[in-house]
Amino acid sequence: MRWFWIDRFTAFESGKFASAIKNISLSDEALDDYMPGRPNHPYALIIEGMAQTAGLLVAEVNHFTDRVVLAKVGKAIFHRPVLNGDQLKFYATIESRRDDGAVITGTTHIGDQLQGEIELTFAFLGEQFGNRPLFPNNDLLGMLLTLGMYDVGRDPNGQPLKIPERLLQPDNLTKTK
Amino acid sequence: MAPSSDEVFSKVQKALVDALGVDDDEVTPEARMMADLGAESIDFLDIIFKLEKAFSISIDRAELFPEDVLTSATYVKDGKVTPDGVAELKKRMPWADLAKFEANPNVQSFGDLLTVNDLCRYIQSKLVG
Repeated sequence: MRWFWIDRFTAFESGKFASAIKNISLSDEALDDYMPGRPNHPYALIIEGMAQTAGLLVAEVNHFTDRVVLAKVGKAIFHRPVLNGDQLKFYATIESRRDDGAVITGTTHIGDQLQGEIELTFAFLGEQFGNRPLFPNNDLLGMLLTLGMYDVGRDPNGQPLKIPERLLQPDNLTKTK
Repeated sequence: MAPSSDEVFSKVQKALVDALGVDDDEVTPEARMMADLGAESIDFLDIIFKLEKAFSISIDRAELFPEDVLTSATYVKDGKVTPDGVAELKKRMPWADLAKFEANPNVQSFGDLLTVNDLCRYIQSKLVG
């Protein structure tokens, strides 16, 4: 199973804000597995979708050199189930960022309806956890391109977001658009 | 003007209630962060974020929890912090009451010492400084 819980970024402002969508399909295994007979998208996977949206937003600030991991779910409130046929929208804003971590607040929506409110704390792994990157460069770049980050991304000056040079090394680039 | 002790306590209490999911009345000045309120190491990051926002200050995590001293081969021998290590901790944490720790400087017990009152004194030292 692909561990993608968002389909595509719809906006990405470096260091500030990101939005993404996920289309919920009855063909998603998770829908049936979670509550047989009453298919709905598990709330835990909505948190994961927010973690992916916000985690990439946080990691992009230093060109993906920080090893960002989800450390804590400070808040997760859900107002309605997410059903097959829904399009779930994620909105994530960086509230605070330090050398050792970041806090984001996020909301999820279906149409005009507020579906969820989520607050996450991310930690940046220090040297005591070794120095291996969390993802090989080519996997990471492939994921960012697939999610359309560079199609919609803007840098702090409002210019199109550029792929970090280190991810473009020839031996690391396996996927192009 | 620096906030009063009561104002500092009130904001610290709110940060801890939000970060740790404890009740207001559990967050007393004497409550120990880890032993009584159940704070884990990752909670300190969350608590620091909340305190920085509440007081508009910048907090160095190493000031609140000096992991480098507690894991140093220079300052720790046989699971206990050496007299030099204790002196370093006192220098780094003048706002904390380390008398009990000094009597039995077991590294494992360090985390249980920090109280809400210590945290309030730390915040006040930052606001004055």
